[in-house]
Amino acid sequence: MPAVQETIDQVRLIDVDQYKYGFETEVEMEKSPRGLSEDVIRFISAKKGEPEWMLQWRLDAYKRWLTMKEPNWARVSYDKIDYNDIYYYAAPKKNPAPKSLDEVDPEILKTYEKLGIPLREQEILAGVEPQRRVAVDAVFDSVSVATTFKEELAKAGVIFMPISEAIREYPDLVKQYLGSVVPVTDNFFATLNSAVFTDGSFVYIPPGVRCPMELSTYFRINEKNTGQFERTLIIADKGSYVSYLEGCTAPKRDENQLHAAVVELVALDDAEIKYSTVQNWYPGDAEGRGGIYNFVTKRGDCRGKNSVITWTQVETGSAITWKYPSCILRGDGSRGEFYSIAVSNGMQQVDSGTKMIHLGKNTTSRIISKGIAAGRSENTYRGLVSAHRKATGARNFTNCDSLLIGNQCGAHTVPYIESKNATAVFEHEATTSKISEDQMFYCQQRGLSAEEATALIVNGFVKDVLQHLPMEFAVEAQKLISISLEGSVG
Amino acid sequence: MADVTLMKTPAETALAQAFESAKTSLPGQTESRAQAFEQFTQRGLPHRRVEEFKYTDLRAMMREIAPFAGVPAADEVKAALAGAKALAGVEALQVPFVNGHFVRDAVDFHNLPENVEIVPLAEALADGHEWLARLSPVPWANDNPVYQLNTSFMADGVMIRIAGPVEAPVHLRFVTAASSAVATATRILVVVEEGASVTLLETHESTNGANHQPNDVIEMIAGDRTNVQHVRVNAEGDKALALSTLAAKIGGEALFNSINVVAGSATSRHQVFAILDGENTNLRVNGATMLKGTQHADSTLVVEHAAPHCESRELFKTVIDNEATGVFQGKIIVPHHAQKTDGRMMSAALLLEEGGSMNNKPELEIFADDVQCAHGATCGQLDEDLLFYLMARGLPKKEAESLLVQAFLGEALEFVENEAAREALVGTVEGWLKARS
Repeated sequence: MPAVQETIDQVRLIDVDQYKYGFETEVEMEKSPRGLSEDVIRFISAKKGEPEWMLQWRLDAYKRWLTMKEPNWARVSYDKIDYNDIYYYAAPKKNPAPKSLDEVDPEILKTYEKLGIPLREQEILAGVEPQRRVAVDAVFDSVSVATTFKEELAKAGVIFMPISEAIREYPDLVKQYLGSVVPVTDNFFATLNSAVFTDGSFVYIPPGVRCPMELSTYFRINEKNTGQFERTLIIADKGSYVSYLEGCTAPKRDENQLHAAVVELVALDDAEIKYSTVQNWYPGDAEGRGGIYNFVTKRGDCRGKNSVITWTQVETGSAITWKYPSCILRGDGSRGEFYSIAVSNGMQQVDSGTKMIHLGKNTTSRIISKGIAAGRSENTYRGLVSAHRKATGARNFTNCDSLLIGNQCGAHTVPYIESKNATAVFEHEATTSKISEDQMFYCQQRGLSAEEATALIVNGFVKDVLQHLPMEFAVEAQKLISISLEGSVG
Repeated sequence: MADVTLMKTPAETALAQAFESAKTSLPGQTESRAQAFEQFTQRGLPHRRVEEFKYTDLRAMMREIAPFAGVPAADEVKAALAGAKALAGVEALQVPFVNGHFVRDAVDFHNLPENVEIVPLAEALADGHEWLARLSPVPWANDNPVYQLNTSFMADGVMIRIAGPVEAPVHLRFVTAASSAVATATRILVVVEEGASVTLLETHESTNGANHQPNDVIEMIAGDRTNVQHVRVNAEGDKALALSTLAAKIGGEALFNSINVVAGSATSRHQVFAILDGENTNLRVNGATMLKGTQHADSTLVVEHAAPHCESRELFKTVIDNEATGVFQGKIIVPHHAQKTDGRMMSAALLLEEGGSMNNKPELEIFADDVQCAHGATCGQLDEDLLFYLMARGLPKKEAESLLVQAFLGEALEFVENEAAREALVGTVEGWLKARS
């Protein structure tokens, strides 16, 4: 059965020609020389006022990167990227490091207003309804322009600041964790990022602290011919909890722009990190002109026992997406979760999925992925679940559905399931009822069909995280999550 | 960085030498062989960085190349066939091969059953027989290095034409009796004409203790409204490295049912490449694999639904004991026009002991919007509750395990239509379990 009309309508609402965030902001920018060289890296490092060790780290990464080849195994095709034709650093000329919001270029403030991102703390506080508060780090091209609620968070002991500031203020923490989840040499794009990363967020939650509000970073690419290379590092110390949200948009342009980010999460004993993404980079036009190349390495390390990392992503943007948010389940009893909905329209190409690497005993993981392809797009789920020798009692449940709208698009599924432990139990959508027998029974007993019950439960997981997204997009995201995959192809 | 030229491995060098010395003596024109070998040489033996061989690294597994087997002497043939046991109890037309060479004397060409025609491949190649044009029914199989090697080295085989319904099964029996390691390359073509039906049994046995290297290809062209039942048994010797390919092109409103049972070989890889070329065809490909020690078995499957309204069912069951490794790689391809496709691919593995490994990759590639494709993969150990249930009823642990394993593999075997063959396969499973306890 083909997709139901309701789904088709909902997907149409976010078709490539409906992109709402494609405006450009006129701000005078200071850029690094075009291209990539050791000098450019020194330039970036100097701009950020970095210590010598950081510069050395970058230069080592650059040397390594020169010897690496761009990966070509993903099911995406694009013209060769000229890495020497990109500006690796672009920052607003007027006061690139504002002390307070009043110093920020009003044009930039307007931009975030237009995007619906609250940068003024009082505005939020003055709301009639006691709103859920969200601390925002706003990254504009290569620099963080504002970080809200820093003081209040500091009272709780939470460190939330641009990573370039953290390198200066908390060098020991950064040194200890930076590159410990995604090594400098991990892959072509991660290595490139290590050499040239400009900004991003740094979060540290001290032991036993439940972060008092949601943290969020909003990434905006604005300048032409630039790439954005942000780096995010989140550390949840023993017994702590944090929920982090990430959003991203870019102007409409005929050129392709590169976004190669690295996100590292570290969860120590009994800590929990929820990482949610609403990825809405400019997807290019209906003919496939322009759009962001989103080549991102995201990985979480459940380093401590009973730690939890949850990735939730809503992917509607980018011309090309190449991204596999993963969990290394190292600590005994740790848990990894991945909930994803990826909608591709126009000529978009998505190759995305996750990796759940079970190393510790009694580790569990759950993967729920929905891919919807429309127009002439290609949507690939690529995922790995593996249990190593010592992962006794590991468990995984995977469910990935895809839906096609029209017959000009493609949906592909490439799951890898590797088990080296007899006691590990892996189920790749063997039975939908395995989600939770009890929940299914409960729903079915109340008259829902098995399919309806499954949809309800799956949506339940995801909604929980998404209904509080601090962005205008939240409404759409919720709509997307509730999209019916009735008529899914496989 | 300068492009790196890969050094040839000793095995690749040995293959090149073997081809150089054999190409003039192999039957038929050398052109297509040379072309296939040239294609093979370009990439060499596949290794783990080649996606299709990610889990079966032939470059590491094929360190040496065994010499290609010559034509066996009459008494060797006699002894070999007398000792052959696989599916021996099933009444069938015998088409035997010893050391990769067709045993002509064993077939009474003048009294073949109705609707059966058999042409020895070596002669056909030498004479340029008209049926040769029908070899390679699955064009993309030509990109596969295992298939390329077979095309380069194929020394013998048969071409069979089934013109109508055939009652008794046709048994292609392959026995390698050489006491030291040999390599063989056989090619079978079975053309099943419109409306015809046939049961094909295919068994592979070889002597223990020798590192035999068989590379067998069976190709089938099944016309519209045909019914093909194919049962394959890998009972190769304990040191063999067995590579095999089934390439099939199936017409409309046909039934095609193939099972591969793996009970032998140190290392094996069975590839199934199928194209569903007509509407309303029903394809079933099953596998039942039993592994112990350090055995490695790979089941690779690519099904292209080239026509709408077809149904395919793939069920692969793997039982892994000791430190053995199982591999399943399946791929269902549904192009734009193949609407109403119904595909279901399932791989289930049982790991009986710590130390075993299973790698699953059930892949879907879909371009049509009104289709149903499901894929599943599970792996785990025997259900504790079921074991407890049986043991509570007085069964010793091993017996309880055996019973559960039988039931597990039985699901894949139950689709074998020929009763005698099915019984024999159940017997194979029982024998394997008995040897275990």
